Amino acid sequence: MTKASSSVPKLLAERSGPDFGFYGIWLAAAIALIVLPLIFSAGGSLTSFSLIGISIIFALSYNILLGQTGLLSFGHAVQYGLGGFLAVHAMNAVANYGWPIPLPFIPLAGGIGGLAFAILVGWVMTKRAGTVFAMISLGVGELVASSSLILRSVFGGESGITTDRTALPHMFGWTFGPQIQVYYLIAFWVMISAIAMYALTRTPLGRICNAVRDNPERVEFIGYDPHVVRYLAYGFAGFFAGIAGGLTAINFEIANSAYLGATQSGLVLFATFIGGTAYFFGPILGAILVTYLQLGLANVTTVWQLYFGIIFIGIVMFAPGGIAGLLMMHRPLIRAKTLGMVIPSYLLAAIPTLALATGVTLAIETVARYTESEGEGNIINLFGIPFDATRPTTWLAAVVLIVGGYLIARITWRRIAEAWDQAATVARDRGYLA
Amino acid sequence: MTAAIEVRAVEKHFGNVSIIRDLNLTVAPGERHAIIGPNGAGKSTTFNLISGRIAPSSGEIRLNGELISGLQPFQINRRGLSRSFQVTNVFAKMTVWENVRCAVLWATGHRYAFWKNVDSLPEVRERTAQILDDIHLSHRRDVPAGLLTYAEQRELEIGITIASGASVVMLDEPTAGMSNAETERAVALIRRLTEGRTLVIVEHDMSVVFGLADRISVLVYGNIIASGTPAEIRGNPKVKEAYLGEEAH
Repeated sequence: MTKASSSVPKLLAERSGPDFGFYGIWLAAAIALIVLPLIFSAGGSLTSFSLIGISIIFALSYNILLGQTGLLSFGHAVQYGLGGFLAVHAMNAVANYGWPIPLPFIPLAGGIGGLAFAILVGWVMTKRAGTVFAMISLGVGELVASSSLILRSVFGGESGITTDRTALPHMFGWTFGPQIQVYYLIAFWVMISAIAMYALTRTPLGRICNAVRDNPERVEFIGYDPHVVRYLAYGFAGFFAGIAGGLTAINFEIANSAYLGATQSGLVLFATFIGGTAYFFGPILGAILVTYLQLGLANVTTVWQLYFGIIFIGIVMFAPGGIAGLLMMHRPLIRAKTLGMVIPSYLLAAIPTLALATGVTLAIETVARYTESEGEGNIINLFGIPFDATRPTTWLAAVVLIVGGYLIARITWRRIAEAWDQAATVARDRGYLA
Repeated sequence: MTAAIEVRAVEKHFGNVSIIRDLNLTVAPGERHAIIGPNGAGKSTTFNLISGRIAPSSGEIRLNGELISGLQPFQINRRGLSRSFQVTNVFAKMTVWENVRCAVLWATGHRYAFWKNVDSLPEVRERTAQILDDIHLSHRRDVPAGLLTYAEQRELEIGITIASGASVVMLDEPTAGMSNAETERAVALIRRLTEGRTLVIVEHDMSVVFGLADRISVLVYGNIIASGTPAEIRGNPKVKEAYLGEEAH
């Protein structure tokens, strides 16, 4: 009791006064979005930034379900993809009929597409949470994905439906032909959507979504129907997923069945979970990392999905709070000024852990190259160092790195745990940790 | 005067098993009514039937004269009945403040609103602060409910139950598992917070029951065998035989 009451003044002091830090973060994000393309002006990076922006919206919309309401969906790409198709059809209609609707409004059509489908199927889907919802979402995902190949007039079959974003009315003299203009269009929608989705978490509905996530049964006894709460959350998630889909359609000037498939649904689950579902900014980190890796790794190695799988398993097993959870763990230590007690143990552990990771990478690449077609050649270029996959020394090096790295890393990991315990104890004594 | 709760000829079967048989119970407005009975008598089932967690197989239940049997729990809650749970049933990852605030939102008319900032609703803030003050948890407002001590969680459970301002409050073993000192605190809390409301309480601690209740009903094998003032219940031979007798000797 005494410990708890001594912590009160500090905890309460945190919230008083105008929240400059809070608005500062949003302002910094907006500035970052504006200046990013000025700093990294290489040809490919604009495309990367555009895709990262889209996946940020998509992952945040997914977290309305997973992190906020506790709904595990395996078919979130359905709303995303349908949003994309509706956006393409809207663009073609605007161009054909000469409606005075400029391109920046098109993502809204995508959002309405996602929302409309969510309203249509959501009531039945959200009757139950948990496994029932997960299974139905998987089924609906497959249903829509396969229908998209059958209903050729709407979805364009295998090849999809193309459009021309420059054919729409221009705005402020922007044709939206160059990628830089599309980037800023996406950045604008990233900002608007992120603010809207954050604001949603601060509304009565947003709070009750969290309550439904924690304990749907109790919610029924404080006046709320959890089914309605889940349905509304599903609608909002569908709307913002549709916006992301609409932006993808603008970016690639095409919508096809790949947009709504299980792969896309899996990727967004992946990004959201790796980033961390418990904090609003978690999915943003996850979307940045996963999209960056997806674009980067695919150029470097043929087995990039394997690395994704390893990262995912690692996060699920050792850091279920994701990257955001790992970062936020340190907040009480920073406040209690005991972070210095754990940093040395991190640095020490980094060396053998890196050796272990290098060993695993070397092993994977060697095996992958060895089993692939002979014509490709056996030389692996890892971190700028060439290795020959057929030579025993390469295999030996991998084994030594893995075994040796693991044995030493285990000791250093234990030291992290000890250092962490000490730092947390001090933080608890100072009243920064419950 | 219309009864706050009126249970008429309610039966509950699970398959061939009868859990509740011809249950009749009347609770007057403003009354503190305790339901006692041996383990497995159907006390919790009675609570679940009245609060809508399970539907009766037959019979009717009225709240302030209005038929509520067959309604969903949230519909019954909106009509002014709120209940707590025997096993602590809070929103574990949310803070104490948020737990109570969620329970205030429907009653203050904000429902499923997604166009209002929850932090800038003065009446919600004031009421939440008042209830936290009432249950002595103001100093723990930013702690996730899952990290509270057991006694604190029980207090929070009561706080969530009364937060909506329901006219009928049902508490299912609110002092279960508490130490003597904690029980005393909890009873004082319950007495104060249910002032002017109808209270139905299930409790095993006889000192709590006889100290708190205006009327007591004794439930045995899904049937109320006696209902009356504490003095009447003490003197009732059927009750002595079925329940109190075991403790007296």
